[in-house]
Amino acid sequence: MDVVTWSRIQFAMTAAYHWLFVPLTLGLALVMAVMETLYVVKKDEFWKKTAQFWMKLFAINFAVGIATGIILEFEFGTNWSNYSWFVGDMFGAPLAIEGILAFFLEATFFAVMFFGWNKVSKRFHLASTWLTGIGATISAFWILVANGWMQNPVGTTFNPDTVRSEMASAAAFWEVVSNPVAVSKFFHSVTSGWVTGGVFVVGVSAWYLLKGREKKFATKSMLIGGLVGLVGSAAVMLSGDASGIHAAEFQPMKLAAAEGLEDGGKGAAFTIVPGIKVPHMLSLLATHDWNGYVPGINDILNGYTDNEGNVIPSVADKMAMGRTALDALATYRANKDTNPELAAQAREVLDANVQYMGYGHLEKPEDVIPPVGVVFWAFRFMVGLGMLLALVLLLSVWFAWKGKLENYRWLLWTALWCIPLVYICGQSGWIVAEVGRQPWTIQGLLPVNVAISSLSAGTVKTTFFVFLAVFALFLVIEIRIMLRAIRKGPEVEPEKL
Amino acid sequence: MTYAFLQQYWWCLVALLAGLLVFLMFVQGANLHLGNRALDETRKRMILNSTGRKWELTFTTLVTFGGAFFASFPLFYSTSFGGAYWVWVLLLVTFVFQAVAYEFQNKKGNILGVKGFRIALMCNGVLAPFLVGTAVGTFFTGSDFTVNKLAIANPSAPVISVWGNNWHGLEALAQPHAVLLGFTLVFLTSILGALYVLNNVSDKEVETQMRRSIKTAAVPFLICFLLWAAMLLIGKGFAVNEAGVVSMEPHKYLHNLLAMPGVLVMLLAGVVLVLAGIWTGGFTKSGKGIWTAGPGTVLVVMSVFFLAGFHGTAYYPSCTDLQSSLTLQNSCSSQFTLTVMFWVSLLIPFVLAYIIYAWRAMDRKSITREEIETTEHKY
Repeated sequence: MDVVTWSRIQFAMTAAYHWLFVPLTLGLALVMAVMETLYVVKKDEFWKKTAQFWMKLFAINFAVGIATGIILEFEFGTNWSNYSWFVGDMFGAPLAIEGILAFFLEATFFAVMFFGWNKVSKRFHLASTWLTGIGATISAFWILVANGWMQNPVGTTFNPDTVRSEMASAAAFWEVVSNPVAVSKFFHSVTSGWVTGGVFVVGVSAWYLLKGREKKFATKSMLIGGLVGLVGSAAVMLSGDASGIHAAEFQPMKLAAAEGLEDGGKGAAFTIVPGIKVPHMLSLLATHDWNGYVPGINDILNGYTDNEGNVIPSVADKMAMGRTALDALATYRANKDTNPELAAQAREVLDANVQYMGYGHLEKPEDVIPPVGVVFWAFRFMVGLGMLLALVLLLSVWFAWKGKLENYRWLLWTALWCIPLVYICGQSGWIVAEVGRQPWTIQGLLPVNVAISSLSAGTVKTTFFVFLAVFALFLVIEIRIMLRAIRKGPEVEPEKL
Repeated sequence: MTYAFLQQYWWCLVALLAGLLVFLMFVQGANLHLGNRALDETRKRMILNSTGRKWELTFTTLVTFGGAFFASFPLFYSTSFGGAYWVWVLLLVTFVFQAVAYEFQNKKGNILGVKGFRIALMCNGVLAPFLVGTAVGTFFTGSDFTVNKLAIANPSAPVISVWGNNWHGLEALAQPHAVLLGFTLVFLTSILGALYVLNNVSDKEVETQMRRSIKTAAVPFLICFLLWAAMLLIGKGFAVNEAGVVSMEPHKYLHNLLAMPGVLVMLLAGVVLVLAGIWTGGFTKSGKGIWTAGPGTVLVVMSVFFLAGFHGTAYYPSCTDLQSSLTLQNSCSSQFTLTVMFWVSLLIPFVLAYIIYAWRAMDRKSITREEIETTEHKY
């Protein structure tokens, strides 16, 4: 395999691994903040001990999340050198805001939250717990603004003098921040974290009930966790709908791959699994129109007319325009100091074709097709598991509210097994989002083979295996420590339960 | 605001973050004492819990330092991170182990045991300051890379910044001047760590050991620092003229120092404060040495960054192709982005204020043996 493939595998592994820890951080932060609020409001020690137990699990998870976050940041530079120059100007403002507003908030108040029980006042501690979660959420927003821009690069223009995408005005910055892809991605990702946190709390609580232990603690935790998860599920569905619309508008190939749709058309059917289709459903989901046009893979390759009547060129035409843009860039830079007239002409040609510049790096039109099977099935896992999780959360909350949970041991077992399923669901979502947009690091502008660093395949292969070993080690340790902490249970006196 | 002002403003902020990072590496320095055989297990846990409440600040400052470089000088990020690959990966791995070591080491189920993670913490204690110091050392010695922005139009070799050798940054170990700065930082952070522990931990034996270690580390620290500074001031530097042409200039950094009296004062004040901290920690009964040595460290590091980047100097020079050297002008983000970030950076005092507030609230009482033996919430 070449350096591009190894770099992609390494980054994919790091991102996927990081996303094992982030959603639980986002979800548990909310759960334990609600619990601690109940402690402060009701002045009931039970809620303090309950919050402290989930905080203990939060801390075990948080450390690995932080550790892997920095690896992602570094890998932008170490493995994607061209990319980091190309996007550096656009990433600048979101990163600066993330660093100043979010990172220090999390770091400072996590320490107060974890160690400050006997050192600061109740209210200061409660504020610290909320601020830790808010910091994590703000951090998610700004990094997803950056990610959203990669999926739909709005608000920037290509500057041939610096050879990168740049923002030029406050309106452009606002366009980047309010990018519909970024906004829906933020809500989808953060609220999926709430689902993860909710399912985790419900699952662990179910285990206590199955063992006949910590009944009050488990029932109350299940209620809070389940409610957080349910709210998350509803928000995930709403933002998922928006994501579908945005994919149809900005990344039609991703949608076509997720549907395995070779030839599109009006009133397109939605494939539940191969062989079972719901007529018109895909058009409805993708365009909110019963007869909306959805292009298939072949339509995108050969060119089509979209719902607004715009003629979308074939990929071969885009490649030709992309090569024209690259040639014009070379001419412009070679002549800008010596032959301004020729440079101005080249600049005009470049500006006319720049939106397809990335296509100029492709070898053949089929390069724009992502791995269809992977995206197709990942999408089905995500949606199917998401619906199952919402149902289990709903039933768990209902029976916990009614005080009848212990009568439904099958539900408790299901809730427990939903813990691994929620991770598969989240990972599937990211596979759809990221594998589905291949071969682009920045949609239409920068394909992966141009975004890399000047490294040998062997170098990246070596670090891939180093990180693989480190990640595997940490995961084993984390799970062992987490399981022991759960087995030990909350430190609430039995008679107080 | 002019573009030139914004470039310089952001270089100042990068320098400030670098200064804070080195200061906060007292965490790494203090963790070196986990290997001190004169300290029993409870005392080691006292040190561990003391740094354990601050490690995230150091870590976050490192992340923000990297982020600030990415945001304000992205060509440095793409050139150095993509080129000096092994240096950054090695630094990363040591920090990643450090991040989980606190949480994992004393928990049941940890298959590496306490010892495994303590070794990781001590490796981080040596390697992190050494690698950061050596990497910054190359700001003055140069590195083996070329930059060609037009490469992106060439599908067969599209990478803009290309490193010239397969050592990918490890070749800096063969540059004595850069390595000296690495060792300087190792000894300095060890001193800062001992000063921090003196201030934050209340125990007679710990105090004795920390004062002893300050005295031990002070001598090699001073030797390395003075040698590095002497080599810097008598050697050649990478000058850049108004047209952006880079050339070698004898005594360049000495000229910079003399041409920027403010930086000279800053450097001298920083050195005096660091020495005062060492004196306070090593030769008096006070535990407040960290509060002079810490700010002193920030001042010295900032002045080193100012010498590297200001007064017509290429801050990340290429010794392969002088004209590929990175300057504040040719490597920065656009004027608009730097302006947006300028307004965002005005929040920094607010951030510092809440960090100080939280720090004071948490450190009102020193860590005692009793606390470690009785509290549930500890590493």
